[in-house]
Amino acid sequence: MTRATRRPAEARDADVLVLGGGPAGTWAAIAAARAGATVALADKGYCGTSGATASGGNNLWYVPPEGTARQESIERYELAGGLLTDRGWMARTLELTWEQVNQLAAWGYPFPTDSRGRVRRESLQGPEYMRMMRTRVRRAGVTILDQSPALELLADGDGVVSGGRGTHRQRGDASWAVRAGAVVLATGGCAFLSGALGCNPDTGDGHLMAAELGAELSGMEFSGVYGVAPGFGAQTKGRMYQFATYYRADGTRLDLPAGFAGRDAIVRASLDGPVHARLDLAPPRIHEAMRWAQPNFFLPFDKAGIDPFTDIFEIRFVLEGTVRGTGGIALAGDGCETTVPGLYAAGDAATRELVTGSRSGGGSHNGAWAIASGTIAGRAAARFARRAVAGHGDLRPAGRAGLRDDGGPGAISPDEVISTVQAEVLSPAKNRFRTAAGLRESLSRLDEVWSDQVPRLSPARGRQRAREAAAMAAHARWMYRAGAAREESRGVHHRDDHPGTRPELAVRLRTGGLDAIWVAAEVPAAHAAEGAR
Amino acid sequence: MIEIVSAAACIDCDKCVEVCPTNVFDPVPGGHPVIARQADCQTCFMCEAYCPADALYVAPFRGPVADLPTSPGPPATDLDEARLAAAGRFGEYRRWIGWGAGRRPGALRDANAELPELAAAHLGDAARQ
Repeated sequence: MTRATRRPAEARDADVLVLGGGPAGTWAAIAAARAGATVALADKGYCGTSGATASGGNNLWYVPPEGTARQESIERYELAGGLLTDRGWMARTLELTWEQVNQLAAWGYPFPTDSRGRVRRESLQGPEYMRMMRTRVRRAGVTILDQSPALELLADGDGVVSGGRGTHRQRGDASWAVRAGAVVLATGGCAFLSGALGCNPDTGDGHLMAAELGAELSGMEFSGVYGVAPGFGAQTKGRMYQFATYYRADGTRLDLPAGFAGRDAIVRASLDGPVHARLDLAPPRIHEAMRWAQPNFFLPFDKAGIDPFTDIFEIRFVLEGTVRGTGGIALAGDGCETTVPGLYAAGDAATRELVTGSRSGGGSHNGAWAIASGTIAGRAAARFARRAVAGHGDLRPAGRAGLRDDGGPGAISPDEVISTVQAEVLSPAKNRFRTAAGLRESLSRLDEVWSDQVPRLSPARGRQRAREAAAMAAHARWMYRAGAAREESRGVHHRDDHPGTRPELAVRLRTGGLDAIWVAAEVPAAHAAEGAR
Repeated sequence: MIEIVSAAACIDCDKCVEVCPTNVFDPVPGGHPVIARQADCQTCFMCEAYCPADALYVAPFRGPVADLPTSPGPPATDLDEARLAAAGRFGEYRRWIGWGAGRRPGALRDANAELPELAAAHLGDAARQ
């Protein structure tokens, strides 16, 4: 393809624009800068606190290179991931995670030493990790725009992504624009403002921006993932529930398996009435270690005056959507490029099927994927931006939904749209335990929201809110279209009307489109290369 | 949700305004920042981690204390600043993660990696029951 109309380098504000400042975005920014690119990074909130990792922390898929451990881990997760993973991507993810965790150690991350005197590097405490990443992004010379949500991408005359535009939400929504040679989307997944820990900035904005330029998505059916939180609070941290037993409010034991709360039986029981828990399986000798492992799991209990080891407390299930699910923007090659030229995707914004398949990426793979895909996308975007730049071409703002209405008569509040979307996706009854009839019913409402309400979204609460509402409506429709197409249960996609896994459906599903949504089985790479795509 | 910016402790650095991932605070020229959009608070405790003056109290509830039913009831829903301060409830998360002068990073005591090993023998039995 000719690049005759690409923008000249001197007309750029940066070689690479990174949208999102969580782990994937910060690793991408550092990688691009190290490759010689000038880099700007815009975060909706604050690079360092924004997104799921800063609040929740990361366990990492972290396996030493020696011996056969990596190969064994890859084979184990290939089966666990419903045969949808890719061995090459898994190996690269393990290798880059290993390298970059060494980098964190060299930067001085305070890794712990365990009771047997071994330094342990499989876990990163969120605030510490992301504060360090911000420092390193700044030292790499990256320009950071905090509190600056991106609203839309800019494309040149060839449809090559050439920058982004957004607002400074702490400066009266003054607008910003960055013209760039390539853009990395690291905007996170979508948890639909469910209140899952740290996930409210994750509203799928990047997916909408990408889809407006025709980008494809993959694995969107793997999105019915729920975290468990105490009934009173917002800490969706599931790990400590491995020590839980489940009760009714009166303290009589429920006939449910002890251990992790996310199991089908426990989520299903919660549909019939309140489920309570107590961490009574944790031996007292490890209580202290548990507290230091996850201080912000225990902090809300301490503040609420509840001892989770001895008191019974109500739990509730909170949607984590494509943050802990695996669906996201499809990758078209080894550099995390999307199907749109000049546009790259990393972290939770990208599909994680390549390393997690149909299982949740929470609990180690997402953290490793963010490091690896961020690094890969940053390098590739820098390379793309260095390529021939000559000629000219006016940049076209590519955003539509929620951006082009003036809020005149008939305008609809974003909060109304958000509530309608949430009513279709937040409840496990609809989203965890899916059926053809239920999905069809939800889709008819969601399609109506898209065609009827989204075009009338009011900018009264700021363009950002309107865009978030549109992004969530689009996201829900991709999730449920793909969920309706996958007529089986596999991993985190659960169909009550098709409870079994069908071997012939061990294939990734692509989806895309906005007004009309399509779903198709992925064409294997070898075939795609022969075609005219 | 965030409930208190302590006028007694706040040093007007506006760090909370800067770092809040959901833009809950507004700065006030010549004064302490205010909780301008409490409904947007996601109870992530990030402001409590970053506040250098331990001036913030994030209540553990997902909604405003004002909207809570009487249960779970006092003392958890007590918003009396002096009593909360006496109980060490300001800047609590910052202490856990070990930020601030003279503190040891909590990450040095992160037991996540070892937890399965520590729990294995005991949990193995329990999970099989």
